[in-house]
Parts: sequence; C-alpha cells; structure tokens
Amino acid sequence: MTDYELVVGLEVHCQLKTVSKLFCGCATSFGDAPNANTCPVCLALPGALPVLNANAVALATRASLALGCTVQQTSVFARKNYFYPDLPKGYQISQFDRPLATGGAVDTGLRDDGAPVLIPLTRVHMEEDAGKSVHDRFAGFSAIDLNRAGTPLVEIVSEPDIRSAAAAGGYLRTLKQILEYTDVSDANMEEGSLRVDVNISVRARGAAALGTKTEIKNLNSFSNVERAIEVEFARQCAILDAGGAIEQQTLLWDDVHNRVRPARSKEGSHDYRYFPEPDLPPLVLAGTWIDAQRASLPELPAAKRARFIAQYGLGAVEVEQLTVSGELATHFEQVVEASGDARRAANWLLGTVLASLNTSGLSIERHPVTPARLGALIRLEANGDLSNSAARQLFGIMEQDGGEPLSLARREGLLKVSDDGALVEWIDQVFAEFPTESGRFMAGEAKLQGVLVGHVMKKSRGAADPRKVNQLLAARTTG
Amino acid sequence: MSVTEQDVRHIASLARLELDDARTSSLVRELNGILAHMDVLQAVDMSAAASDEDAIHGATPLRPDALSSLPLASERGTFAPNYQDGFFLVPRLSTHE
Amino acid sequence: MSDGGRSAADLAAGVRDGQVSSRELASAALAAIERVESGPTPLNAVLYRDHETANESTLVTQGPLAGVPVVVKDNIATLRMPTSCGSRILDGYVSPFEATVVTRLRAAGATIVGKTNMDEFAMGSSTENSAFGPTRNPLSPDRVPGGSSGGSAAAVAAGVVRIALGSETGGSVRQPAAFCGIVGVKPTYGRVSRHGLVAFASSLDQVGVFGRTVDDAALALEMIAGADPLDATSTTGTPISYRSAGRTADAAEGERPLAGLVIGRPREYFPESLDAGIRAACDRALDTLRGLGADVRDVSLPHTELAIPVYYIVAPAEASSNLARFDGVRYGMRVERSGLRAMYEATRSRGFGPEVTRRIMLGTYVLSAGYYDAYYLRAQEVRRRIRRDFTRVFASGVHALFTPTAPTVAFPIGAVSDPYELYLSDIFTVTANLAGIPGMSQPIGRVGGLPVGGQLLAPHFEEATMFRVAAALERGLGGSANA
Ligand SMILES: [Mg+2]
Ligand SMILES: [Zn+2]
Repeated sequence: MTDYELVVGLEVHCQLKTVSKLFCGCATSFGDAPNANTCPVCLALPGALPVLNANAVALATRASLALGCTVQQTSVFARKNYFYPDLPKGYQISQFDRPLATGGAVDTGLRDDGAPVLIPLTRVHMEEDAGKSVHDRFAGFSAIDLNRAGTPLVEIVSEPDIRSAAAAGGYLRTLKQILEYTDVSDANMEEGSLRVDVNISVRARGAAALGTKTEIKNLNSFSNVERAIEVEFARQCAILDAGGAIEQQTLLWDDVHNRVRPARSKEGSHDYRYFPEPDLPPLVLAGTWIDAQRASLPELPAAKRARFIAQYGLGAVEVEQLTVSGELATHFEQVVEASGDARRAANWLLGTVLASLNTSGLSIERHPVTPARLGALIRLEANGDLSNSAARQLFGIMEQDGGEPLSLARREGLLKVSDDGALVEWIDQVFAEFPTESGRFMAGEAKLQGVLVGHVMKKSRGAADPRKVNQLLAARTTG
Repeated sequence: MSVTEQDVRHIASLARLELDDARTSSLVRELNGILAHMDVLQAVDMSAAASDEDAIHGATPLRPDALSSLPLASERGTFAPNYQDGFFLVPRLSTHE
Repeated sequence: MSDGGRSAADLAAGVRDGQVSSRELASAALAAIERVESGPTPLNAVLYRDHETANESTLVTQGPLAGVPVVVKDNIATLRMPTSCGSRILDGYVSPFEATVVTRLRAAGATIVGKTNMDEFAMGSSTENSAFGPTRNPLSPDRVPGGSSGGSAAAVAAGVVRIALGSETGGSVRQPAAFCGIVGVKPTYGRVSRHGLVAFASSLDQVGVFGRTVDDAALALEMIAGADPLDATSTTGTPISYRSAGRTADAAEGERPLAGLVIGRPREYFPESLDAGIRAACDRALDTLRGLGADVRDVSLPHTELAIPVYYIVAPAEASSNLARFDGVRYGMRVERSGLRAMYEATRSRGFGPEVTRRIMLGTYVLSAGYYDAYYLRAQEVRRRIRRDFTRVFASGVHALFTPTAPTVAFPIGAVSDPYELYLSDIFTVTANLAGIPGMSQPIGRVGGLPVGGQLLAPHFEEATMFRVAAALERGLGGSANA
C-alpha cells in the first residue's frame, strides 16, 4: 500500500453584511415572502443594468486586507455563463482574471514546531449569489425564489496547501473569526452566510504532481468539512490502491450516511465562457482609500492574543477563549479596566459569566451585569469584603435585579461580618440548633469544627468572615 | 479554423438551442462562411498588444448601500409564464426528480 | 403629413402657445400611422400604438417637446405598450418598468404614440428579421428601410412623426436613416442611458435618434442625453446644447460658417469599388463643405478593413450572454416540456429566429474554451487599434470626418440572402460603435431616386461639432440633399 498525501484547497463563499444587494437596491434580508425582494435588475428583466454597491466594495476590501491580501487598485468584473433557473441572467457577475485581491494567508491555529501554520490564499474576489430552488412544494415543479439572487459575496480561495482535515477545520475557524472581527460577515455556516467547497486530491507522498481532484459541496458545518475530507481521502486512497483512477467530479456530502455521493451533472458540461462584464467599467480604488481601510481595521485575533498574553500574563488557552469573539475580548478588557485585576476578570468571564450566557442565550453585550459592575464586584471580592460564595450569590442577584454591587451586598447582608458580637450570636444559635454536633465538638472532636463553620456561614448567608468564625470556635474549646 | 458538425452540436448544447439535422448542417456551412472572414485577424501581430492605456471607460460608479428598489409597475405574475404562491415554477430539476 | 411640415421645435411651440393641443397632435399622428399601415402595401413600421394618447384627459402644455408625437423602437422599455424586440420570445411582453430615455422624453413633453418594428433583437441591417414581418421603405415599398431600426426610420420618412428613437450597435440608426433619406444620430457611447434598452451587445449599444432634419434630431438627443445612476456606463457632465451649436453654425461667419474647421476624408471609406452614384453624392457634399469654409483633408484609418470581422466577434459574443436570460422562466414565451433542459431548448429554439440563433451560436463559439484567445481576445486588441486610429486622426487637428454612410442604397426586400453580405452593409458604420465615438447620417442626394446618406464622425463627446457641420451642410445642400 502506498503512503498517500492529502492535498486540499478550500473555496469559501461568504455573504457580506450589506443592507442592499450587490447590483441593485433590493433588501438582503432573510425570511421574506418568496421573490418579495426582487426588482428588474435581480429578475434580469430585459433592459435592466447592474450598478455596484459601494459598501460591498468596502467590506470585501476590508476582508481582503484582514486576510493579508494585496488589494488591486484595478479589478474587473466578468460574466460566468451557465444556465440554471436560480441564475436569472444566465450568467453570474463575478471576477475572473483580475480579482479584487491576491495573496494573503490564514493561520490554521495548529502549531508545527511551535510556529504557526499558514495557509496561503490565491485570491479574494467579489460576486453575486444565486437564488434558491424549492423542490418539495409543487408536484413536478421546482419553485424559484430570487430573494437571495444578487446578494453580495466574497469568494476566498486557498492554495491547495492544506494537508489534513484538522488543518482545514483550523483554517476555517480562523477565517470565520477574522470575518467576524472585521464585521464583514455573519460567517455562519448553518445559516448559509458562509459556504465551503472542498477541492481534494491525493498523491504518493513525495510526488510533485497533483492528482486528479474532486470537489465536495453541500457541507453545512466545519465538522462536516473535516469528516468529508477524511471520508473522501480514504475513498480516493482505496481507489488508487485497487489500481483505479480518480474521476474528476463534483460530490455532495451526505450528512446522514457520512459519505459522499456524485452530484448529478448540472445540466451538461462546464464551459463558463468568462469574459469582461461590459455593463460595468473596471472597479478602480484609490491607493489612499485602500490605506484608510487598512488603518481602520480593528485589532485582529492573532495580534490580540499576543497582546493579551504579554499584557495580562494570562495563559495561551485562556487567551484563546477570551478572544473567541471581538465582543468578548472587548468586554474582558473593560472588566480589567474596572477591576484592576486581569486574573480575576478572566476567571469570572470564562467561568460564571460564560455559563450564565450559555443558559440565558444572551449576547455578552446584553448581559445585565455590565463590565463596570462586574469590575466593582471583583474589587469587593479582592479586598476581602465579599467571600467567594457571597460574591457568586451577589452576581446572581445582580443578574436578576441589576444595580450596584456594594449597595446590593449591603441590602442583602452579604458583606463579610467580622464583628465579634454578631458572629457570637450566630454561633450561639447554631449551638442551640445542633446540640449533638456542638456537644461532640466541645467534647474534643475537632473535626466537627468545619461542619459548625458551615452552619454559621449558612446562617449568615455567606456574610460571616470564616477566618474569624474559626478563631471564635477554637477559642470556645480552649476557653 | 473551421467548425465541425460536432462543434455545432456542442455549442448548441451550451446555448440551450435545439437544432434538427438540417439546421445543424446548414449552421456548419453558415458559421464556416462567416468565420472564414475572421481569419484576417489571425494575421494580426499581437506582440504589441495594448494594455489598459486606452481602456474604453473610466472607473465604475458606485451606489450607496441603501434600499432603493426600482418599483415594478405590474405584479410578477402578470409577466411570468408559470407563477404560483410567489414562486416562478420550472419543470422539476433533474437532480431532484 | 401629420405635422404639416413643421419641425418638432415648432410643433412644441404651437402646443405651448395653445394653437394646437397635445391630444390633437397625438390624434393626427395615430391617424397618420393608420394611413401608412393600411391599404395594399402597409409599411409594417409601427407594431403597437397607444390609442389612449388621443383621449388623454390631461394635456401637456409645457416642455421643449410639448405634445410632440414620438415613436420608439420596440427594444426600448415602455409601460403602456409591449416591448417585444421584434421577437416571438417576447411576444406580448409588457415591461413593468420604463427606459430612462422614455421617461426623459415624456418629461420634455413628448407623447409616445407607438412602438416600431425592428430586426429581432436589433440583429440585422434591413428589418427583414422581425418575427412580425419586414418593414417597407416608404420611398420605395418593395425595398428595405435598412435596419435594425427600420420601423422608426420608416415612420419618420413617411411623415408620421418628426422624431423617433432607435438603437445602434453597428449602424442600426445611421444606415436606415441613409436608406430612408432622413437624419439619424448615434451619440458617443455613454452619452445616453441604456437603462431600459434591451441589450444586444452592451459595449456597443447606444440609443440613437431620428429626425426629419438635423434640428429635429438635435432637439431629441438633447432631451435624452445625460448620465443616469441606473446605467454604470453612462457618463457624468452636463450635456451641451446641440441645437444652439447647430444654430450658431447657421448664424456665424455668413456664408462660410465652417471656416477654421478641418474635415477629414478617410481614404478607406472611399474604396475603388464604391458605387459611383454614392461617390458622386459624397464628392458634391465635400465640395459643399469646402464652400462653407471647411478645410477638407485626406486622412487614413488603417484598421478599417478589420472592423467587420471584429464587430462580428464582439457583438455576437456579448449577445450570446445577453440573450441567455430569455429562458422561459420569469417572463416571455415558454414552450412547456417535462424536463428543465427540454423546456429551455424548446423555448429558445422556437422563440428566436434564424439570425438570432446564428449569432448566439457564433458568439458562444468565439467565447468557448479553446477559441477565446484566437477570436475574442484578438478582436478586443484590434478594437483598441481601431479606436486608436480615430484618436490619432482627431489629435492631428481634424475636427470631424466625412464618409458615405452605407456602401449601397436601399435594396429590394429579399435581395440579400448571404448573411455575411448583409453584414457588409455596416462596413462604414461599425467603426464608430467599436470606437465609441459619435456619428450621424444625413441625406446628401439620390441615386436612381433612392436616398444616399452622408456620414459625419466626431471625437468622443464632440456631438456639438458634428451638429454644427451637419446643420451647415443641410443648409448648404438645400434641395439637392433630396434630389
Ligand atoms: Mg464563486
Ligand atoms: Zn433587485
């Protein structure tokens, strides 16, 4: 059996966050009545012409810059000609030999000898989306809804330099994070705002020439992408081992059976007959405008991670989690600012706050405990004014009722009580309620001290200073 | 260069045109007749091919990202061959039969 | 004649002054259409009429074209009449939106009374390729009016209207203007919005105007020109006043209104084989231009002979793509079949006529894998050289060029059957479309009783110069233009 090497390139289509379509003023919103968001341009009525959306150009440029691409000052739209009922003009307006951007690279997140593994990009270009076909609603007919037709996309094409399913997954997660950070796209695969096509081939390890590739479509999650690559890799290896040849074809991922199956050919052979779109003069971007777009990009995930490690002394794993989204990272820094304690801020956010968000389904910006209030809570805890458990309890109350932590803690009696009089009173009550345990404790069973402290803490609803309670209890047996 | 009957069938298939045998062979003749006149272009020296220096147009204008849909004076159903419940209907796609 | 021989400007003045109403002018135009479309040899120039315009309750009283009746080529989108492009595939299709040029004409006060016949999707030079039958030349009913805007040209020549809109891709306004003895203008590419003009070859298409006289055509063009946010290839900038340019020529310099202007005579447009009668008419026009003070100079445009091959690659290539939208899915004709591919093929094969099919085939071929470089890419390169020929000549101090508009006069219906022979009808006009420069045709005489057109070409956006020369030449030739 030959030792095969996997060769994968990814084509990612990503929907840009615009209000209107790429070439007309129709809404890009989802869930409207079929064909409600269509006009002469996106219905391809005779005589209608495309006019380019400025914001789509800006978002595509920002995505390209964030991916380290070189944005071309002149790029050209081209027609990709094929017949399909969800493609109203009979051609897709895309970019071909002069794309918006070239070069660039994406970090897979996997470290090879401690160094980042970068996957180089071939190009980033702009194009319009097609409409949707509904097949199960009318007997004998497919139903065409062109609401999505003309939605602006960027297509991000990697070099065929991905060598494992895990690297493909890492590439996609990083890519998604960058697109989200730059606010260019929702980049949600389940919702279809990010779509991935996999080009895959194998070759004997050490061989220079590329093998015949297949293309896998219909993937709706990153884990499906990874699984499909593994399955197709195994399929191709098995064919070659059996002396067969790989057939160049398009495959569809079958999520239910964990396998690929051939797509029935899309209406004959492919010859897209690309030529420059005569309805649109070239897209010309001023160098100064491109520079301004670059300057206004937010801090990107990799840079932010490096800074968090250096500035806050946190571990790589925690930083990875804190920078999962730009919003969480920003929130974290606001809590650090308010609390003056990065360690505790990280613990609170990655523990209590994330758990609470998971339960409530709220986004971090909507969480009722604002960074300023969480910061104040952390300060009370750090100063010893709140016990751990009282702090957690107070957080729950702040989530429910809102309000400032100090006044809430006072109202609820959660501030640590170290005043002897109050503590002695709670201890006396505990002794009265638990005569057996207190009797055995007084008779010398020192291990019961912890149990009694627990009862006192409970009675004080966490406000008693446990150190002081311990001292007072110990004094009773020696006194 | 000349066009064969096979070429004509292939092109017709790309262009979604249905040709009977008689029309196919007459198109072979007609296209070859026309293409013969195009052969003078093959003699053009392309080594000095011009670049962008004299592109026809300037830069494409951009429109603001705003909802400004061109209105339709009549309902989609009034001009569509088969329109139901807001959808354009086509014969069921072969991939979904 | 429905206009009593009055110019479009005079008609509009009459409407503004209350001498005649817009409704009366519309009624007269509709009656004139009825006259030319009935009898033993109907022109078949007007496909659709808007009868409502004769009963319009709201009268138009203002605007440079107040109440002036206009007909519009059937590939320009209108709301109240079909837009069928002379094709079965769009038979009965009424556009739910209106072309910018139509909106602008209406805003100027014009009344759109009809839609005119044309070669299917503007592919042709004789208006014989219409699904609705050929149009006759009003000057000689057995002959073609030229094309593809033959219906508009015939309507103006027959005296039905003073002004009509056509469209040009390779000479489809200038050539029928020449065949029908009227004025036809193709503006600079980008001067007029294409929004609502059904595309044939987007990089060449431009709406053009017909007029009985230079003044009529200039007024019409002035009304429709100007950048449009709905067409990315239309250009910014205020359109200059074409009419005042023409009138300045009349008034200035006494009988030498063209003093100081250099008119080029490109030798490639006057080959040995040129028809003797056409040559004689051109020589007389050139003599007239000299007499008006112009300096006439021989010039050369060396890539001219490659223009037809280039045009018949570029235009069909773009057309093959532009006509892909006619697929029976969203509008227009559909031939029902149980499978999608069968529906596409049946619809398109029955919907398109032979010439459209031929050009879609040719265009698909020159763009297809393996042939793109040999045909399309080469054609684009030669197109640049053709454009550079003009740039060079105009940069050498030449203000405008004078040529014959077409190599022949109007030929009999059915006389030309070889497609390429018919393509050669555009030999003197396609260059302006390929280069994007403005051009116009005006009557300069007759051969055997049939009109001969003389063509003026000018640099990009120099329509004013073109009109200045045309107006002077029209006046200088006087009655001999139509004799
Ligand atoms: Mg794509
Ligand atoms: Zn739209």
